[in-house]
Amino acid sequence: MDRGPAITGKSIPRIDGPLKVRGQAKYAAEYEVPDLLHAAIVSASIAKGRVISIDSADAKSFPGVVAVLTHQNRPWFWPFSFLYKDPAGPPGQPFRPLYNDRVHFSGQPVALVVGDTYEAARDAAALVRVSYHREQHSTDLAAEVSRAYKSPRRRLGLAPTPQPTGDADRAFSEAPVKVEATYTTAAENHHPMELFATTVEWGDKTVTVYDKTQSPKSVEIFLKVAFRLFRRKVRVVSSFVGGAFGLGLRPQQSVFLAVLAAKALKRSIRLVIPRDQMFALGYRANSIQTVSLGADKNGHLLAVRHRAIAATSRNEDAQDPMLNFSASLYRCHNVKLAYELAKLDTVSPCDMRAPGAATGMFALECAMDELAYATNVDPLVLRLANYTERDQSENRPFSSKALRECYAQGAERFGWAKRSHAPRSMRKGKELVGWGMATGVWEAAMSPVPARAKVRLLADGRFEVTSSITDIGTGTYTILTQIAADALEASIERVVVKLGDSALPFNPIQGGSWTAATSGSAVQAACNKLKKKILSRAKQAGIVGNGQSTELLSPAALADLLRLSDHDNLSATATIINFPFGKKYTGATHSAVFAEVRIDEELAVVRVTRLVCAVAAGRILNPATARSQIIGASVMGIGKALYEDAATDHNLGRCMAHSFADYHIPSNADVYEIEVLFAEETDDKVSPIGVKGVGEIGSVAVAPAIANAIFHATGQRIRDLPITIDRLARSRD
Amino acid sequence: MRRFEYLRVASINQAIERLSDEPGAKLLAGGTNLVDLMKYDVATPTTIIDINDLPLREISETSDGGLRIGALATNSDVAFHPVVENRYPLLASAILAGASAQLRNVATVAGNLLQRTRCSYFYDVMTPCNKRTPGTGCPARNGLNRNHAILGASQDCVATHPSDMCVALAAIGTMIIVQGPNGARSISLADFHRLPGDTPEQDTTLQNNEIILGIELTPAPEFQRYSYLKIRDRLSYAFALVSAAALLTIDDGVISTAHVALGGVAHKPWRDTAAEVVLVGRPASRGNFDQFASMLLLRSDALSENGFKIELARRTVVRALEQAASRTPQSQSDKHIH
Ligand SMILES: Cc1cc2nc3c(=O)[nH]c(=O)nc-3n(C[C@H](O)[C@H](O)[C@H](O)COP(=O)(O)OP(=O)(O)OC[C@H]3O[C@@H](n4cnc5c(N)ncnc54)[C@H](O)[C@@H]3O)c2cc1C
Ligand code: SF4
Repeated sequence: MDRGPAITGKSIPRIDGPLKVRGQAKYAAEYEVPDLLHAAIVSASIAKGRVISIDSADAKSFPGVVAVLTHQNRPWFWPFSFLYKDPAGPPGQPFRPLYNDRVHFSGQPVALVVGDTYEAARDAAALVRVSYHREQHSTDLAAEVSRAYKSPRRRLGLAPTPQPTGDADRAFSEAPVKVEATYTTAAENHHPMELFATTVEWGDKTVTVYDKTQSPKSVEIFLKVAFRLFRRKVRVVSSFVGGAFGLGLRPQQSVFLAVLAAKALKRSIRLVIPRDQMFALGYRANSIQTVSLGADKNGHLLAVRHRAIAATSRNEDAQDPMLNFSASLYRCHNVKLAYELAKLDTVSPCDMRAPGAATGMFALECAMDELAYATNVDPLVLRLANYTERDQSENRPFSSKALRECYAQGAERFGWAKRSHAPRSMRKGKELVGWGMATGVWEAAMSPVPARAKVRLLADGRFEVTSSITDIGTGTYTILTQIAADALEASIERVVVKLGDSALPFNPIQGGSWTAATSGSAVQAACNKLKKKILSRAKQAGIVGNGQSTELLSPAALADLLRLSDHDNLSATATIINFPFGKKYTGATHSAVFAEVRIDEELAVVRVTRLVCAVAAGRILNPATARSQIIGASVMGIGKALYEDAATDHNLGRCMAHSFADYHIPSNADVYEIEVLFAEETDDKVSPIGVKGVGEIGSVAVAPAIANAIFHATGQRIRDLPITIDRLARSRD
Repeated sequence: MRRFEYLRVASINQAIERLSDEPGAKLLAGGTNLVDLMKYDVATPTTIIDINDLPLREISETSDGGLRIGALATNSDVAFHPVVENRYPLLASAILAGASAQLRNVATVAGNLLQRTRCSYFYDVMTPCNKRTPGTGCPARNGLNRNHAILGASQDCVATHPSDMCVALAAIGTMIIVQGPNGARSISLADFHRLPGDTPEQDTTLQNNEIILGIELTPAPEFQRYSYLKIRDRLSYAFALVSAAALLTIDDGVISTAHVALGGVAHKPWRDTAAEVVLVGRPASRGNFDQFASMLLLRSDALSENGFKIELARRTVVRALEQAASRTPQSQSDKHIH
């Protein structure tokens, strides 16, 4: 087959870029809907207890206010919590806003004020007076350690924490070299740029919900069941999503409350959750972890023990793959892992970019660095000494693993060979210089749920690709355009991609880094099907051209075909069912991150002056968008290492980091050089298109690499994230 | 946000009259602090008196060699004014260490003087706070207080004044010119901001019905030795954990004047003129700077989480003095501290 140069693999600028810079890409809160009402949340000031009374008289008489909804006057919804399950939800009872008088967490919605304008709703919300009966709360993970437990129920789709192998306790106690330490990570908030928002267009037959979500389909199903909307057609639209990082995996409070109010009032409603209420939507679980590594004198691992206690809410057992990589990243025959939860009076934790891995690998990779110093082996050499070609936890090979190449290429670019091993041995002026590294790993898998895509030949000779998958800012529009263009031997201008709409062919949640592989494979399959169809129709119609498919798919030939064929609507739909990966291989993306920090010796001000991220993630569909993913994730990693902390006042049981002045993320000045390298990795097993996904892997290894660099610079081992100036000062003095 | 009336005044007297008649009225300058606080329901003015039409933007030299800056001059206007750049580079540097270019373009001198604390309880009406709602208590005292005061705090409030500009003004020596129903008066910066005591709701000694007309900087020679060093939780766009403004004159290696103010440590910019005296007549050496910094922090007191600020403040003062002495002031764009 004669194919033009492939478009996949090229740095095509974002297809949706022009729309975004012109402000024409519409987000959930931007849809114009006639006779729209606006809602604002009144949230709880206590962490645990009951609402005794809600005085909404002033709010109701406020000009422009239409209604104040509370648990007392809300419309009926199912009392059975299992009907509110969603595919990304953990075991337990999903939280239902305004269900009853119970307060489960500070910031929980206790009333919803609806008004003619946003201002009326917001201003009246401040006039609602709620009185509570307080109960003793606990929001402090450290205080709950003794009550930690292994969750008896596993989250759907989550691989179990690997079973013990060998005898880790004995191997550890007998090991010539031991390191054992406890690490903690702070709760983090996702804080995507776009606020969570929902616009509900309420009609007699149709309910259209413009929502910020990573899964229009799950929201559609959720709403139909939860609010008994079976007689109406429900359509959920999320054409553009301004970041989500996992906070949009489950139907959010915004969509629940907006639809609740729309149903109650039979009106169209918009609800935008302001920044100061976003912290109560979900968070990356904070953790307390103990890692014990036993090794021989050369650093070969003899025992790995890793215990993690992670926060969860009272109502759900939030879980993520926190320890799932601790058994398989390095070669070791004696491994024992314990993943436990401790209940707090908070909202349920929620997946956040590289969920689990970013937390668990921080502890493991810092412990590896500690082992490097205990054995006096270079941290990179130590990792190579423990390199494994097989996934020993499952006893099977990886579908591909170019981690060795990541180490080599990253080290080369960084200049790792010039590092002097001793802490405090490198300096420049008044600053100590530190070089640290860490390994990253994330699962590479297709979604366990099938994905569909449809492609249609349009009358003007262009192809329209449709899929319900969202683009959460990652570049999904662009890579799907590239895949379709290649499959149909067309220029990208001839491909129109429509996404983020539950009325379009079914796709699973956008998350887990599986979108490119899963939805991409579906698009490719649909396009291949259509191409076949077109070629055979052309033959039937007697269009031969020069016999080459490219020519038969050209606008001129297609125009002929459309004229001669009775089908002016040539289309094809394909379904991708989880690639028959079997249990034969483990799919994983890997990274090696090298960090340079400079730290003022007296003042302990840290600058992360250089990051080199070498990533092995199978086939890279678009180096530009893939690179953006890694850079963005690295900036998040800097935040995790140094700044981000959803700090809670445990006396009040309330997160006090409720604005960007209190919840620090890296500013431009905090980000120096970030270099991204992609190690070549061909993988025909992981997905039909050889793609592994790049959304999460960039977030895994940056924080430990920085923590290790800080140790190298200062000789101070800070085991608590974020590494703030006070922690550095305290450990020094 | 609560409903309010909006009034754009054409004269200073009209503003003062309205302030006197209506205790709930508030002046609006750049709005970067007041409007934020209104959005969070922390400030609930009944009327907003917009003073942006008043002729208070001028920056002019005074006959004695000082500088008079109108209340409505923006932070950017001040930082990039040639006289400020030449004779008060410490002030320019401190302003540029704060906020962002966008904010500085609208924030005014008077607004900056009167900006309120960044204590996160103060900002959250769902929590108690003596400063916001007197008598409700101070959760910061036994709660999250890693960025709270180490000097001059009280049982009732441990908040800090967040301004960078004011720290430089304290070091330079500044008079605040205000006008009320009974005419104009001037207040020295040292007496303008107060310590919290048992009335933390009161940040300053300005009366409710007074308006700031401008400030007057003490005459200053050209090309002083100075540095403004701000230490914060990230490299930019964050309020100070501690900051130090240092001004030195040195003749033949011997210090003839030393002015040092600290920010982020107290309810007001912190300056101790008695301690400064010990530097005068002594060589500009690290040992002397160390000794001075320790004196400055002698009366400091740590809360549960902010003990690190005492040593950090000490070191920051020493470094700022070293930077000043060696004529290598801290750059506010290059985040490397030399
Ligand atoms: C995101 C952010 C980051 C910031 N970072 C920093 C920082 O790093 N460092 C720093 O120093 N500051 C920082 N600031 C604070 C900023 O400096 C202040 O918000 C600003 O200086 C206030 O000036 P304004 O003119 O906008 O005041 P406004 O908000 O208009 O007024 C503030 C107060 O002053 C009163 N007022 C104004 N003019 C007069 C007058 N002439 N007479 C009497 N009363 C008057 C008002 O009634 C009001 O109470 C930051 C602010 C924001 C929003
Ligand atoms: S320190 Fe002051 S501002 Fe902060 S909570 Fe206490 S009283 Fe309020």
